[in-house]
Amino acid sequence: MTIIIDSKAFDPWKVLDDYQQNMPHLEGQYGATAVFVGTMRDFNEGDNVSEMFLEHYPGMTERHLENICKLATGEYQLLESLVVHRVGAIKPNEPIVLVAVWTAHRKQAFEACREIMEDLKSKAPFWKKEQLKDGQDRWVKKNTNGY
Amino acid sequence: MSIEVKFFASMRDLIGDDCEIGSETLKEHTISTVDDIWDHCARGKTRPENVLIAVNMNYVDGKALVKEGDEVAFFPPVTGG
Repeated sequence: MTIIIDSKAFDPWKVLDDYQQNMPHLEGQYGATAVFVGTMRDFNEGDNVSEMFLEHYPGMTERHLENICKLATGEYQLLESLVVHRVGAIKPNEPIVLVAVWTAHRKQAFEACREIMEDLKSKAPFWKKEQLKDGQDRWVKKNTNGY
Repeated sequence: MSIEVKFFASMRDLIGDDCEIGSETLKEHTISTVDDIWDHCARGKTRPENVLIAVNMNYVDGKALVKEGDEVAFFPPVTGG
């Protein structure tokens, strides 16, 4: 289980490839890998968005993400899990979040990936501030329910 | 020992910078719950209904008790991912 919170842009597919290369102890054990990548749009609520700033609560955010993954590991028999989340200034088309899980079978992988992602969206302490193309900025008030 | 109070995102815009409440102030103002902390730090500002609260990085409600050495945080609904 690995949690990474970083202010630098990342390539989720490269991160995923590197991570999987470093788990030789699981070779032959996992039959399913489920991945979610969230990317920044250039529009929200009818407005054009030019940039975003992502704030978090250092310490609590990491702890919360670790707890989500620990719970999911027990519930869905995860063999491995990875969460990467950006903070700081982000531009449209840059990845914001990567969630990946490895399990023996696809049912657990799909369900665990979804559950981790939805819990992150509703409980992990991150906040987005959007910079609009017209120069104004605003805090995003809430995330939509993904179910 | 004191209680450290943090405000994040729009709560920081509403209330201002983080603050620290010292032992003497805690006793003088009989601050024992998270609600008391808000009343002390917000200086009359109404707490938004949807505000989230954490004590020592665990979610709680306004009735939660606080003690010296605690870290209390107020923040709006989360919007990560």
